[in-house]
Amino acid sequence: MDPTQAPGVYEGAANVIAAVMLLLEFGLLRQALARDQIRLYQAQSALISVLAIVIAADRNLPDLYVLAALSAALKVVAVPLVMRRLLGRTDPIEGEEAPGVAGSQTLSPASAVLAGIVLAAIGFFCFGALKIHGPAAPALALALAAAMVLVSFGLMIVRRDVASQAIGFFTLENAISLAALVVASGLPLILETAFLFDLLVAVVVFGMLIRAAHGRSESLSTADLTRLRG
Amino acid sequence: MLGVILALLIVPFAAAVACATLPGPAAKRFAPAITVTSGVACFGLVLALLPAVAHRDLTYLSYLRVDALSEIFLLATGFLYAVVAIYTVGYAERQGHYPRYARRLYAGLNLFAWSMLAAPLMSSLALLWIAVEITTIVSALLVAIEDTDGAAEAAWKYVLIASAGLGLALLATVFAYFAGAQVLGEHYNLAIAPLIHVAARLPATPVRLAFLLALLGYGTKVGLFPVHTWLPDAHSEAPTPVSALLSGALLATSFYAILRYYEFTAAALGSGFPRDALLAFGVASLLLAALYVFGKRDIKRLLAYSSIEHMGILAIGVSFGAPVALAGVMLHVLAHAAAKANAFMGAGVFVVKYRTKQMATMRGALDLLPWSGPLFLLAIFALSALPPSGIFRSEFQIVAGGLASGNYAAAAVLVVLVTVAFFGLTTSTTRILFTPAPRSPSMINRAAAAPIDRGEPSAWMVGPAVAGIAVLFILGLHPPGELTGLISRAVAQLGAAR
Repeated sequence: MDPTQAPGVYEGAANVIAAVMLLLEFGLLRQALARDQIRLYQAQSALISVLAIVIAADRNLPDLYVLAALSAALKVVAVPLVMRRLLGRTDPIEGEEAPGVAGSQTLSPASAVLAGIVLAAIGFFCFGALKIHGPAAPALALALAAAMVLVSFGLMIVRRDVASQAIGFFTLENAISLAALVVASGLPLILETAFLFDLLVAVVVFGMLIRAAHGRSESLSTADLTRLRG
Repeated sequence: MLGVILALLIVPFAAAVACATLPGPAAKRFAPAITVTSGVACFGLVLALLPAVAHRDLTYLSYLRVDALSEIFLLATGFLYAVVAIYTVGYAERQGHYPRYARRLYAGLNLFAWSMLAAPLMSSLALLWIAVEITTIVSALLVAIEDTDGAAEAAWKYVLIASAGLGLALLATVFAYFAGAQVLGEHYNLAIAPLIHVAARLPATPVRLAFLLALLGYGTKVGLFPVHTWLPDAHSEAPTPVSALLSGALLATSFYAILRYYEFTAAALGSGFPRDALLAFGVASLLLAALYVFGKRDIKRLLAYSSIEHMGILAIGVSFGAPVALAGVMLHVLAHAAAKANAFMGAGVFVVKYRTKQMATMRGALDLLPWSGPLFLLAIFALSALPPSGIFRSEFQIVAGGLASGNYAAAAVLVVLVTVAFFGLTTSTTRILFTPAPRSPSMINRAAAAPIDRGEPSAWMVGPAVAGIAVLFILGLHPPGELTGLISRAVAQLGAAR
């Protein structure tokens, strides 16, 4: 193996995957159906696992194979399954397409994407300016992860339905996983696993609260959650 | 001592499991006893740690660690767990709810206390994050437990905002690891002690970034402005025992996480940068809270804003950096826990008595509630830092520290805003206590439409408040020697890092 070649492959893969993940995040921003949002989230999560495998092979960290498998099982299979179940159960009529969340946008899709671009640019350039990089941390992928964090916050803000807000939070977690893989790939497996387990519990709680909210108001909208103020 | 620490991790968890799994009739009979036993036992265990921790740090199994700083927060949580467990017995039986509610409340309460006791025991920043995340998950479910529109709304806001905040805190953990790994190597497990040990060699930018992200992330759970928005909702909609724990223990536990980041950041970069950041957040929170306590109608929201005020005071106290101010901060954590829990428990008695959270319909409490009325008054005076409560002593120390370290403007702002908050807090609450209850039955309580008899709802709800006031007086008049020793050790830990 040529030692000068290896970092190139890894860096390239990390940067490409980070860029595609950011694009998927924008896809989420304009997606109208909750079911499609889940699909995009699934794709994004699969990319995280791919990146973990690339890093594991490249930097010879066998722990990361386990992490990739666990992460895939959880984020590509379990979380989307739970979300689909929940949304399926909230279907008003049996067999109908999952409830649309298009009406929940506070901004038109075009403005939302524009706002997303502004957020992404802020995150990207601010993090780029910090110049945090080491032998294992490609600066570009890290800046893209920062952009993704801000866009996922944007997603949570511009949507007024519990499903999109929850998905926004899960993609925030994906963005952080990306940053963690790039910056902290050596983090002991037991801690990484604990983070993932924690996500699973959070999903269950989100699910319970989504169900509770839906059971009360017969809608996924948060527009009526305005009782508590001041 | 390992046995004590393990017992602290096992007892509340076992109590939660027992409350959740016992068959119906047995749960109804035993869940209160189990919860009270667990609460009192945990407080005893925390006290048992005190003599050892006052002299040396305890590290076990590479993932458990207790030092003076963590012991202070353990004391606050342990005490609150005990008093709130006793209070809950009275609260649950007065609610007249179906047994499922009581079972969930008891199980959730024990689990919540478990997660908050676990957080300060963790030796690693990663495990600390996990423990704080578990506190969020459990407490969000407890906020939703009342199953009303308000509770569902508050729980959703809370879980979304706090989880997003903890996302930032996770990012902080990642950068702390990155900084540490530059010096300690790849297989470093984020333990706090070695990080402080090598702090001088840590790269500056990742450390700075980690501190800011941690301040904003954990600050969300502390209730610092501008990420405090979940706090009044969650505190007002949760069952009262949960509100007391949220305010007295959970906010402090999150503040503990910030102090851990402060510790190694100050060691790495000097204390100037983290102190400035804390000062900005602290003053903003204090200003917001001091203005918002005016004109509140809901008694629990009023107390929630008072919590934001006190968290602002803690942040400002740390930003002063002088040893006397840091000692004040440590004492303030304990005194605020006792005072705020007391105030919430008193408010809970009022809510049960008047069957409303609106202060406008609560009148003549001093007369109708011969114990809870005066105890609530004392708690409000304590929260407003009137002597001889522990908060008077702690705020006095914080202001003295501010003057000693030359932060005259910040100290003056602190005094002014605390005074403003004092007016806001006392005007609404004294009206509840001293305005006599109207004579005509229809005016007394629109919700109940019946005159309210004189008397306490339950002795279980009064006893804990007496204990809280006793603790406040002890802290204010003469803190025990071992506690002051512990506080000086914690101050040395925070102050040594400069």
